[in-house]
Amino acid sequence: MFYREAGQYNTTYEQDLQAFPIKQDKIGIAIWLVLAYLFVPFFGIPGLEYGFAMNAIMIPVLIFTITTIGLNILVGFTGQISLGTGAFMGVGAYACYKLTSYFPDTNIIILILASGFVSAIVGALFGLPSLRIKGFYLVVATLAAQFFLEWCFIRVGWLYNYNPSGAIEVPQREVLGWIVTGASAEPMTRYLVVLSILVFLAIIAGNLTRGRIGRSWMMIRDMDIAAELIGVRPLTAKLSAFAVSSYFIGVSGALMVFMWLGAAEVESFDVNHSFLYLFMVILGGLGSITGSFMGAAFIWTFPIILKELGKSWFGINATVMENVSLVAIGVMIVVILIAEPHGMARLWQIVKQKLRIWPFPH
Amino acid sequence: MSTAETFITPDGRTIGAVMMEMKNITLRFGGVVAIQDISFDIREGEIRAIIGPNGAGKSSMLNVINGFYHPQEGEVWFRGAKRPSMKPYQIAKQGIARTFQNIALFKGMTTVENVMTGRQLMMKKSFLWQMLRVGPAMTEEVEHRRRCEEIIDFLEIQHIRKEPVGSLPYGLQKRVELARALAMEPKLLLLDEPMAGMNVEEKEDMSRFILDVNDQYGTTIALIEHDMSVVMDLADRVVCLDYGKMLADGTPSEVQKNQAVIDAYLGVEH
Amino acid sequence: MTDFLYSIFVGPFADMIALPDFLMQVLWEGFVAGVLYALIALGFVLIFKASGVFNFAQGIMVVFSGLTLVGLYELGVPAFMALIITLGVMYVLAFSVERFVLRKLVNQPDIILFMATIGLTNILIGLGQWIFGGETKTMITEQLWLPTGSSVWEPNGGLVIFQHIDIAATVIAVLMIVGLGFFFSYTKVGRALRAVADDHQASLSVGISLNQIWVIVWFAAGIVALVTGIMWGARSDVSFSLQIIALKALPVLVLGGFTSIPGAIVGGLIIGIGEKIFEIYWGPLFGSGVEGWFAYVIALIFLLFRPQGLFGDKIIERV
Repeated sequence: MFYREAGQYNTTYEQDLQAFPIKQDKIGIAIWLVLAYLFVPFFGIPGLEYGFAMNAIMIPVLIFTITTIGLNILVGFTGQISLGTGAFMGVGAYACYKLTSYFPDTNIIILILASGFVSAIVGALFGLPSLRIKGFYLVVATLAAQFFLEWCFIRVGWLYNYNPSGAIEVPQREVLGWIVTGASAEPMTRYLVVLSILVFLAIIAGNLTRGRIGRSWMMIRDMDIAAELIGVRPLTAKLSAFAVSSYFIGVSGALMVFMWLGAAEVESFDVNHSFLYLFMVILGGLGSITGSFMGAAFIWTFPIILKELGKSWFGINATVMENVSLVAIGVMIVVILIAEPHGMARLWQIVKQKLRIWPFPH
Repeated sequence: MSTAETFITPDGRTIGAVMMEMKNITLRFGGVVAIQDISFDIREGEIRAIIGPNGAGKSSMLNVINGFYHPQEGEVWFRGAKRPSMKPYQIAKQGIARTFQNIALFKGMTTVENVMTGRQLMMKKSFLWQMLRVGPAMTEEVEHRRRCEEIIDFLEIQHIRKEPVGSLPYGLQKRVELARALAMEPKLLLLDEPMAGMNVEEKEDMSRFILDVNDQYGTTIALIEHDMSVVMDLADRVVCLDYGKMLADGTPSEVQKNQAVIDAYLGVEH
Repeated sequence: MTDFLYSIFVGPFADMIALPDFLMQVLWEGFVAGVLYALIALGFVLIFKASGVFNFAQGIMVVFSGLTLVGLYELGVPAFMALIITLGVMYVLAFSVERFVLRKLVNQPDIILFMATIGLTNILIGLGQWIFGGETKTMITEQLWLPTGSSVWEPNGGLVIFQHIDIAATVIAVLMIVGLGFFFSYTKVGRALRAVADDHQASLSVGISLNQIWVIVWFAAGIVALVTGIMWGARSDVSFSLQIIALKALPVLVLGGFTSIPGAIVGGLIIGIGEKIFEIYWGPLFGSGVEGWFAYVIALIFLLFRPQGLFGDKIIERV
């Protein structure tokens, strides 16, 4: 009823190849964009304190959405599993830190986008073994990346400018007169920068995955031998997936430190974070850009909501609720893998399918 | 028969010059000899069948032709030149496409996406354009989509265009696989048991498609098939293998009369 | 430059020769660590062989079982009673995993099953911290009649210290591996297990219950985990950080091959000894902490040259 594509005909292939060929979806996206750009920056999330809504929810969720899209390109679209996400975010963050100290006058947003290239190179390098090995063996290779890079973040003093605390601290930078990084940057400014970068990158991810390159990734995922016999060069397909994925992840790492944390040590990039991002991908939906938004938002906000509910309704302390949310997320991962391996994105499609015929059951 | 001449089959079909020639191919897996010293050729425009009992080395032969296996001995000649050791994707580039005995479709993709994968090699627009997906990238995408839709029409699978292939019935999956191979616009099309597990009706459909492909696109076809009536009807020439050795090579009627072939299929009296 | 080359190619060996007793000590420490890596890897191999599942939760199972044991004891349960109850808990875990996870995911791609075990890891971490708290606990070594203290060996005026718990760990590990070997070779269940490992479909068709086998295998892996948990806990307390160390079983498996029990043992020893030697003799060159990644990098290099592992067969791909 509400979601009916009857009467909407695609008369050209261009129309059929759009990201959202159905009118209702276009309206939906427009509403989201209006909310994100015109409502949230001024009012935050209704019912929540503005600073909390921005700093604890909106900004991290948007940043992790970029991470999730990046990881999804590798895991969901190309079928190469990675547990090195945390470290690749670190590469982006440290790269951006070094870039800011070498080019103090360059626009910080350009530096953030540039630091992604460093992690893309590192990612492709650690993706090299994927040409010879598959599946679980690759897990070991990505863990090698994770632990080796973590060690570098501690031992290579050059990376954090030999700062005695071992941490990288974000300098203050302005873009067009607005302070975007550093302690005195307004949450609204940081939110808008992160949001814009996310929108930009999400469009690119959507375009790539729907075209020739995305198809070559999915071919490798679904049946690598057949893909090669049809003319996909595994080297190009796999390494491009690693590089693009790591680019996204690196940019999100730089954003995480520069737009959200303000300072970071190696703990922000450890293997437990890698698991967290993998959960976002799985729960959101393997091989879905929309799902990446849902997965990141859900996995990030769920423990916060649970903690608040536990405290205000039942008086349970925060540590217990943290463990409850760990268990709950674990259970959800298992359940979603059993019931619907394509995650929340697929569930959303099913809901849309139901809306299409509502109020009739069939 | 020299390699250059063309000749006319008993059915009155004109067959061109030699396109691909296998010279003394031997393929071993460890101690197991899968193919032993086999030579035969495939000519332009013909339908060439490879038959033989299970384990005769037919699929291995196709795997040698499209470069998935590398024979220990022997040479492969393609269009008058000896083919160096090549990766499968390079051979795909030369214009050799195939279907698989156990369907090898991309299960996470829809029918039309699967067919589009056949166009991968022909799509050239750079990463940057792909990122933007406007202008040349979009034009290219649309142009190839149009070609794929033609093939989809040709094979009569329009109704499943946007279905994920994993959920399709077997017969249709086989057809989608053929569509994908055709989308590559191959010069040589290898079909590995295109009719396995089909009922009579589906086999008739598939035979019709194979003949149409050969007719309309002039595609050379090499196929493996167990159903002898189909082979006898479709093929211009037949090569018969058994335990990796060559038993016979000739027109269907010649092969049918060959004593070694009869023995291999029906058993020999001792 | 020559100094640098010297410090890589000559110096460490000179150090080894100069202090042979210290070298002995390092080798012994590495050996014991290797035995424990091998035990964790053994748990992986058992499950991988029988169900084709790459059980990422094996590491947390080690922590969880150790934690349950100590936690129960702290609640006032006698040590051996706690041991038996912990075994019961591991059985319940095996049973639930089979019933609620494996059974529902039959015929799914490996990668889905693998991710399910990561979910399981999360559940076990949460449960463990929820019930027993997240703080580090001391293993009840003496209460389980395990030896403490140490012996000193003085070869030619040198000094090598053997912790008794390390010796006990080695002996118990050997006994357990031998026991498992007998179990697989000479019992009905063991034969069924090997049949399942060879071919799921075929063993189903001769009347072997896959579900039952999976419970047994997961339980066996649980027992292995418990033993590992006790030994490791006795050497260095029971804490959740052990879970990260337990991940080193993965490079061990890469070296040994995912399906080979001897491979797991040899791989474990190579990694254990190799990383200790590297840390002690070459570590100072890079700044310490190389233990954290050495195993993985070795595995990575190894993978590039021999993807099927030390004992695995070369894979022939078919289409």
